[in-house]
Amino acid sequence: MAKIIYIEHSGASHEVDAKTGLSVMEAAVKNNIPGIDADCGGACACATCHVYVDSAWLDKTGKPAAMEESMLDFAEGVEPNSRLACQIKITDELDGMIVRLPESQH
Amino acid sequence: MNDLSGRIVIVGAGHAGGSAAAFLRQFGWTGPITLIGEEPIAPYQRPPLSKAWLKGEADADSLALRPASFYSDNNIGLRLSTVVSGVDMAARAVTLDSGEKVGFDHLILAVGAHARKLSIPGADLDGVLELRTAADAEKLKSALGPGKRLAVIGGGYVGLESAASARALRAEAVVVEREPRILARVACELLSTFFKDYHQAKGVAFELNAGVEAFEGEAGRVTGVRLADGRTLACDAALVGVGAIANEALARQAGCACDQGVVVDENALTDVADIYAIGDCTRRPLPLYALTGRLESVPNALEQARQAAAHLCGKPTPVAETPWFWSDQYDIKLQIAGMPFHAVRQVVRGDPALARFAVFHLDAENRVQAVEAINAAPEFMAGRQLVGNRKPVAPDKLSDISVSMKEVAV
Repeated sequence: MAKIIYIEHSGASHEVDAKTGLSVMEAAVKNNIPGIDADCGGACACATCHVYVDSAWLDKTGKPAAMEESMLDFAEGVEPNSRLACQIKITDELDGMIVRLPESQH
Repeated sequence: MNDLSGRIVIVGAGHAGGSAAAFLRQFGWTGPITLIGEEPIAPYQRPPLSKAWLKGEADADSLALRPASFYSDNNIGLRLSTVVSGVDMAARAVTLDSGEKVGFDHLILAVGAHARKLSIPGADLDGVLELRTAADAEKLKSALGPGKRLAVIGGGYVGLESAASARALRAEAVVVEREPRILARVACELLSTFFKDYHQAKGVAFELNAGVEAFEGEAGRVTGVRLADGRTLACDAALVGVGAIANEALARQAGCACDQGVVVDENALTDVADIYAIGDCTRRPLPLYALTGRLESVPNALEQARQAAAHLCGKPTPVAETPWFWSDQYDIKLQIAGMPFHAVRQVVRGDPALARFAVFHLDAENRVQAVEAINAAPEFMAGRQLVGNRKPVAPDKLSDISVSMKEVAV
């Protein structure tokens, strides 16, 4: 288990104890975190699970693959710490990670 | 302020129904929510049934949209293996096939669609399969394996994805299509040709312009597909994927207008007060095209679930989304945004021979109506935005891969 903290655009914060091996998107959907829509269910096809990874955790999440990078390139409000939550696998190393959600996924 | 304390019954525990229950709680609904489904399992993802799940790369747990505890934690009454047989508008209750009545103040119909059946001899033989549910997928999976022969009737997405998965499991696959090309109703000709060539290179056989006369069988089990030209294709299982028909019976009984789908507005409301319909069962506005239509997709299920929940909770109508679809076959990712209703010309960007290209469908003012992207995420993402914002593009820039997709708008 690893604790993931999701902070909505409004500032509302949600702490989730997530099973390792799930993606950051799956842990959000399973816990009904508002603001992660995940239309495609994790196929890296829609960019509706866009999150901003807190800078302290960027090294541990690794870099986006080419497909994710090109999806993000065209997402709204993209920043250097933008990731698609479906492409980040939760590991013990990510325990305590903070991700912030954009204003809208569409 | 809306009263958020009424009783909501959601009929249909698929992607749409399950998501509506979740959005209602997210948006602050405090009243009782009952989610009733015919299948024995809580809401799950259907798209992997013909893809990762069929190939054995995903288990039942990973299909589940949310854990079982989610429903009890959020005070959502989940009633599985439960058939709703009618709507009693006088009593404002749905009737279960046990005779029990479940009262509602608001009703959400998320009842989905059923597979179109072929009314030909042998259609009821064992091994003649369809693919809508996890139980259907279980039957299909058990029929596949090295050396098994799968006949797919219908060259649409369900059929082609299943054929690809069959090949991954080292089964033989033949696709039988009535039209001169596969994907005839849902993709342009270039894509049809691309996918047919790709599947053929992977060992899938095709019979085009081919009518199916009958399924042949022995001892109650399918052994072949008889074509209109008299030939019989031997098979161990036949998957019929020839489209889906909206489930309208409950809506009609409740007095809702239906026209090949339950007719709803931009809030997913039917023409009967307090009754909403969402997902595959609906005929909905397509505001980008000033038309109505059916969209059978997860994004549509989620969009309409959000519309109904927002309307019930007194939130503004969500901004209309650009319809989009996706399909995975082998290492090909197809992403489609928009629909080419008003298109007058096509512009191809990239090279089909490299399995990385996109087809843009433009209207008379060079506005993108739809984009079909093969392993081309930038084209899909930018194309989806262009469909939504209706900005005209320069076709010569669009077809030139040295020009970034960020610079193709006029």
